[in-house]
Amino acid sequence: MKAPAFAYVKPKSLAEAFELLEQPGAKVLAGGQSLIPSLNMRLSSPQLLVDITGLSALRTITLEQAVVRIGALVTHAQLGQSEDIRKHVPLLAAAVPHIAHPAIRNRGTFGGSIALADPAAEYPACLVALNASIVVQGKDGERIVSAESFFKGLFEVDLRPGELVVAAEIRAQLKDERCAFLELARRHGDYAIIGIAAVQSEGNRFVFFGAGSTPVFARNASREPDLGAARAALARELEPPADLYNSSTTKRHLAGVLLERAWNQLTTSP
Amino acid sequence: MEPANDITLTVNGTQVSRRVAPRQHLVDFLRDELGLTGSHIGCEHGVCGACTVRVNGDIVRGCLMLAVQADGCTVETVEGLSDSRELAALQKAFHEKNALQCGFCTPGMLLAAQDLIRRGENGMSRERIREHISGNYCRCTGYQAIVDAIEEVING
Repeated sequence: MKAPAFAYVKPKSLAEAFELLEQPGAKVLAGGQSLIPSLNMRLSSPQLLVDITGLSALRTITLEQAVVRIGALVTHAQLGQSEDIRKHVPLLAAAVPHIAHPAIRNRGTFGGSIALADPAAEYPACLVALNASIVVQGKDGERIVSAESFFKGLFEVDLRPGELVVAAEIRAQLKDERCAFLELARRHGDYAIIGIAAVQSEGNRFVFFGAGSTPVFARNASREPDLGAARAALARELEPPADLYNSSTTKRHLAGVLLERAWNQLTTSP
Repeated sequence: MEPANDITLTVNGTQVSRRVAPRQHLVDFLRDELGLTGSHIGCEHGVCGACTVRVNGDIVRGCLMLAVQADGCTVETVEGLSDSRELAALQKAFHEKNALQCGFCTPGMLLAAQDLIRRGENGMSRERIREHISGNYCRCTGYQAIVDAIEEVING
């Protein structure tokens, strides 16, 4: 399984990257942990790979005025080790160990996962649950898109040709807020059968992954005041697609189980 | 004509310069260009872990990184880490505990295990070891003996 031929450039600035991305058949390469397998399997055949990993400005996590900004090139490993993330965005810290395996977490990037938008991926659901903003940049400037409207469909996001995800901005978790992250997979590091990113601030936000073509915000379940009503509402609103091993009914059942575990965690954790 | 890029990197302590096709992944480069065939090629899409190598001190999938991306990097393979004796204790434990049969997964397994050992966590559980090597497939041993060997090196 060898990739088809392509050319490769590693720009030193964003401006240079945007210029290169205008070339026909150009594609962004960051950590490569999703793109390179798809090249090896010849599911994708770009003419030019623009390797953005030289843009070190995109590799930082900053905390300013209670907003955490995570650069697109921050790796999963870097997120998992960050004290700021553990303290201020514990939902993401809890998600990282579920992402693949250590060797992949060392290269795979935060921005790559967001831009690819795999429906079974962890970060998109977290970002929707956290009401995060995605910072998108193109040669004409920057746009801020809410996570909820960024993930538009199956592997489809609000990115125009030539634009990059450069960061996500997340409000730091307040003292009386809670979160829970749970995922069911066949083996450790596998793609999720189903998972939940739950945030409790003014109200609840329960967002499921592996449950549809995008992260699925269970609006009705999130509105219910008690667990029984929330589970009943979830059973009515969630219609997860079957995968190779699990029927839609199984997944809906498992989603209810995770909702219950998350609910208990939110209401009992210190 | 197929595009090509010049790269210079340090492999097992030796600086090498080559012209590579961008589509060549790192493990093919190590095996075909440098003759370092200790890193194995299994699935070539990041699932099996047989191609695990160390780049700038971190383990990575050799099939999910292009050789051209390793320009300027320090790469270490099972050959280099055997010669430096960094893997000696693990290799001895793998031998004594029968932690390999066909040996295909072993180089990747050793690199993943050594990565865990280098983290220096105290009192590591078997569960923690299993979690860390969950990205490295072994089709012979059923993992029990591999976990035994790693546990022996970590917890004595």
